[in-house]
Amino acid sequence: MSLDRVKPIYDVVVIGSGPGGLGAAIAAKKNGADDVLIIERDNELGGILVQCIHNGFGVEIFKEDLPGPLYAHRFIQEANSLGVEVLSDTMVLDITPLRKITAVGKRAGFVELEARAIVLAMGCRERTRAQIRIPGTRPAGIYTAGTAQRFVNVEGYMPGNRFVILGSGDIGMIMARRLTLEGAKVERVLEIMPFLTGLTRNYVQCLLDYNIPLELRHTVSRILGNYRVEAVEAVEVDENWNPIPGTEEIIPCDTLLLSVGLIPENELSRKAGVILDPNTGGPVVDESMQTSVSGIFAAGNVVHVYDLVDWVTEAGFIAGKSAAKYAVEMKKGISRQVKLVAGANVRYIVPQYLDSESLAESDQRIQLRVVRPIEEKVWVEVTDGEHLITRKLERYVRPGEIVTIKIPKKAYDEVQKADKLVVRVTRS
Amino acid sequence: MSEMETKIICITCPVGCSLVVTHEDQKVIKVEGNQCRKGIEYAQNELRDPRRMVTTTVKVKGGLHPLVPVYTSAPIPKPLIFELIKKLRGVELEAPVKVGQAILKDFLGTGVDVLAARDLPQVGQKTSETGSG
Repeated sequence: MSLDRVKPIYDVVVIGSGPGGLGAAIAAKKNGADDVLIIERDNELGGILVQCIHNGFGVEIFKEDLPGPLYAHRFIQEANSLGVEVLSDTMVLDITPLRKITAVGKRAGFVELEARAIVLAMGCRERTRAQIRIPGTRPAGIYTAGTAQRFVNVEGYMPGNRFVILGSGDIGMIMARRLTLEGAKVERVLEIMPFLTGLTRNYVQCLLDYNIPLELRHTVSRILGNYRVEAVEAVEVDENWNPIPGTEEIIPCDTLLLSVGLIPENELSRKAGVILDPNTGGPVVDESMQTSVSGIFAAGNVVHVYDLVDWVTEAGFIAGKSAAKYAVEMKKGISRQVKLVAGANVRYIVPQYLDSESLAESDQRIQLRVVRPIEEKVWVEVTDGEHLITRKLERYVRPGEIVTIKIPKKAYDEVQKADKLVVRVTRS
Repeated sequence: MSEMETKIICITCPVGCSLVVTHEDQKVIKVEGNQCRKGIEYAQNELRDPRRMVTTTVKVKGGLHPLVPVYTSAPIPKPLIFELIKKLRGVELEAPVKVGQAILKDFLGTGVDVLAARDLPQVGQKTSETGSG
């Protein structure tokens, strides 16, 4: 169910609609949350699965070997049938520690809303050339593997003809096969580590099957070409990743793909005051996937980068269930609480809320300050908005002096029925 | 014909077991290193008739995207992969495309169909998979 406008408050708001976000939204609905909203910046649901057209998804959860879009489709269908609301084309700008969300997008414009619980499911993004500091010129033809994947699988562009891929992560190897199937030549996959960093099955079905050479302990030491990549210089490295002189090799190519790691995307988490773990790059979480900020949960690659999508979905289930529980408990809490409203000549009242069950045990004392002094006898009255519940005579009231009044135990039934208690101070 | 040992890596699941297959030509005598029964079946197929799932895209007119992802309903023989890709390159669908829609039936008599891996709405059409108007 896609929206053009949102409610002011939701039980659970999920940021992101990849496998973690979809799992969280589904689990939140199944565990008692009434209003669940996904906010997604893209124009469709599924996150990165939209471009992961290869198979290998769902082996754990469905015991089936599914392509990424089909895996996403199943959860999108389930979220829809459960009544999860979706606000797409919308970018979340800010989240406060008290769970106020600010977002902007073409569907609903500028929106502000509140969530009783939030699930952060923003996923991760790719490390870039700047982050691994490859020397050389800055020509066209250098992409992260995921960007090339989006071009080839979704938008229908080939980013080049002759490729070198740096990094033996899964996306890099999967793109090596994909580009080969689309008619490109993949000259080499280079890996700086002495071992493969992706799954072995991908080495077999993506590289071996297509005779694409893999070189371990190798990296790119230089990029050549002024307007377009013309070649890269590959070099062998020692155990400290230092290039070994004399091992340089110029590999002619027109495109370099980087598959050199993923980083959890946590700008919003930081704004919300969530503590991050320097080792994972994601929020510190407990067993319920709650972050260091109460009521804010996190799921999937935003926490740490998983090997399998099935595990991301399962993390989403846990976070969504926990978020629903948190929201439901909060609502129960509020519904038992009666708000104390400042009426005529009252500036404020403490406490602001009264737990109606508290009157079963004892009288409850409330304190207030008046707006203006009244130097004669006044009634301090507590009403349910219409009917008097209790009152007290004071000889005078002054803003500098707190006024105290007790709500008696015998008012239990009346307070149970009230949705608010209005306190006012008037001349007798 | 004498016994041979061949090392292969099982790709049935993400575990990726390293198998040592003892065989006489295509006849498997013993499989070691597998963690489950699928490994044995995989080893047998890999020696006799290696097959792979194929995923790719086909062109779509008037869709939310210019391509729709497709997949084979079962693994196909490895030597036929490029033939399938070539055949699918000539296909152009009209949006909307429904998930599971058959793009190609019984490819070269293998009994394998090629199916759409997602719903792809027409531009401007609202479906469950998009919020896009």
